[in-house]
Amino acid sequence: MTDYSSVIPAKAGIRGDEVPAAALDPRFRGNGGVIKTRSEPFLEEQAAPATKVRGYWESVFHRLRRDPVTLVFAVIVLLIVLAAICAPLIAPFDPYKESIVGRLKPLGWRGHPLGTDELGRDMLSRLIYGGRVSLLMGIVPVLIASLIGGMLGIAGGFIGGRTNTAVMRTMDVFYAFPSVLLAVAIAGAMGGGMANGMLALSLVFIPPMCRVAETATTQIRALDFIEAARASGARTTTIIRYHVLGNVLGPVFIYASSLVSVSILLASGLSFLGLGVRPPVPDWGLMLSTLRQSIYVVPFVCALPGLAIFITSICCNLVSDGLRAAMDVRM
Amino acid sequence: MIRYILRRIVYAIPIAFGVSVVCFSLVYIAPGDPLQTVMPPDATAETIAIVKHAYGFDRPLPMQFLIWLGRVVTGDFGVSIATRRPVFLEVSEALANTALLAMFAVPLAFFTGYVMGAVAGSFAGRWIDRVVTGAAVVGVSLPNYWLGIVLVIVFAVEYMVLPATGMGPSGSTAFNLAQWSNVQFLVLPVITLAMIPIGILARTTRAAVAEVRNQDFVQTLRAKGLSEWAVTRHVLKNAMPQVMAVMGLQFGYLLGGSILVETVFTWPGSGFLLSKAIINRDVPVLQGTILVLSLVFVTTNLVVDLLQSLIDPRIRRA
Repeated sequence: MTDYSSVIPAKAGIRGDEVPAAALDPRFRGNGGVIKTRSEPFLEEQAAPATKVRGYWESVFHRLRRDPVTLVFAVIVLLIVLAAICAPLIAPFDPYKESIVGRLKPLGWRGHPLGTDELGRDMLSRLIYGGRVSLLMGIVPVLIASLIGGMLGIAGGFIGGRTNTAVMRTMDVFYAFPSVLLAVAIAGAMGGGMANGMLALSLVFIPPMCRVAETATTQIRALDFIEAARASGARTTTIIRYHVLGNVLGPVFIYASSLVSVSILLASGLSFLGLGVRPPVPDWGLMLSTLRQSIYVVPFVCALPGLAIFITSICCNLVSDGLRAAMDVRM
Repeated sequence: MIRYILRRIVYAIPIAFGVSVVCFSLVYIAPGDPLQTVMPPDATAETIAIVKHAYGFDRPLPMQFLIWLGRVVTGDFGVSIATRRPVFLEVSEALANTALLAMFAVPLAFFTGYVMGAVAGSFAGRWIDRVVTGAAVVGVSLPNYWLGIVLVIVFAVEYMVLPATGMGPSGSTAFNLAQWSNVQFLVLPVITLAMIPIGILARTTRAAVAEVRNQDFVQTLRAKGLSEWAVTRHVLKNAMPQVMAVMGLQFGYLLGGSILVETVFTWPGSGFLLSKAIINRDVPVLQGTILVLSLVFVTTNLVVDLLQSLIDPRIRRA
């Protein structure tokens, strides 16, 4: 488009208008070559392409803006994350403060909007604080797995041959375990705890992440433009950084976003089995597990931590679905 | 076809080997000496050395692995630290109980999920598709252990129509499928267990059916004058391989991944055994259960691969 812009004012000149010198000067083409002259309507008519072409990210945001469902759920996710971060500011009570008389009270009891737990601690405050551990354990393993699995997959897919076979066959071994089982096995053998839980979940997510990155890389590698880049003298690191990464990050990002909800579910499951954080630290899975004994006393209060897990998980899932549709990534 | 079957089986062997390596190393990623749990705390260095030698812990790791593998192949998984019973017995009994759950959960989940997905895919974009897609997202995002607790609260605590936990009334020995007093214990765990696979299957089937419907051959079928029902049959058949792959995975999850559900309902299956082993730090049971379950999973995947190639000859040539 910029190339033609200098021609058009010249054409305009034929119509008898005075051509400003600036129109022919390449230094002034920053404005898309559109220069305000008296023949402006004609100029714009000619200079504008038939349809406005959007860039990739522009079209992604355009599609997202027209997807109210995704936006609403994204806002909810954001609120949950914010609540967890600002827990000390918004929690009405100290999440560790116990009360012997105020144990297992129903909703709305003496200023405790969501009741109290088996040690008389405020449920709402514990749920807000619990989000910190649960979200952390949902996000960190996915980040670690994207990094390691993504790198392994790109390396394997780009190098190809025996290296790729070796990497992918090793991953196949971990694929042979159902994910819950592998997480429980590793965390169980290492003796639980938050760090071990995150490590176990990362190990669970690395193989599928690696497969996603490998598939995308192998497809890209066979395309002509990689050949062209190499022929024009680009180094391997340059090709990977500009051409491979640019095309692989999309699928990896989308897959990672879909894993967040799985990770939150699995992490809470580990805590539920006693393999996550240790009491008295508030965590949704652990709270659900300890409150399970009290379902005959305050059934609704006991279901609350699970409701928090469910809401977070479904919002993350819907946002991920929306992102996938907007970014038009096929997995 | 026979060559393909043989090749798939040969492929499965290194996987099974790798799985056993991972299970073997579980003992070694456990913090502390693996002997610590069995030895009395006041044991002298000499006794420890003798026991170490007796168990073969003083040999190089690869040797230890081969010895362990040799025992496992002959069905000797060691002895449970908690109960002193052979791990093999514990695991096989538990697996039978889990299979009982799966026997009902699998048909329920596969049928419901498949029908939901097929209907949604055939009416992609219509209101029924939205309803099914929404329901499927709920199924996928549900923490099933929480769903179990909620079901217990509703049906056992509030309405008291179904038992909360366990497998059969107290004092009963064998599970009798002909008696409601036994069967009622199955209802809640089976529904809970089926929920996630229903969501996953509905999503997969919907995507597969919607994709196949967009292919050119469907247009050709319509142009040939086939009835809508006949077209749908062709579409469903073509979407089947994709759906079956996911069904295989879900079958494995129902067998192995039921740990949380079984813990909620204290159903004495493999998952409950596993969670008990974790609480007791009973590493032989942990190792044995995980090995057996993952080998079942590997076998399931193999069978699914073979079934897929039966339906879709294109897979055989790849």
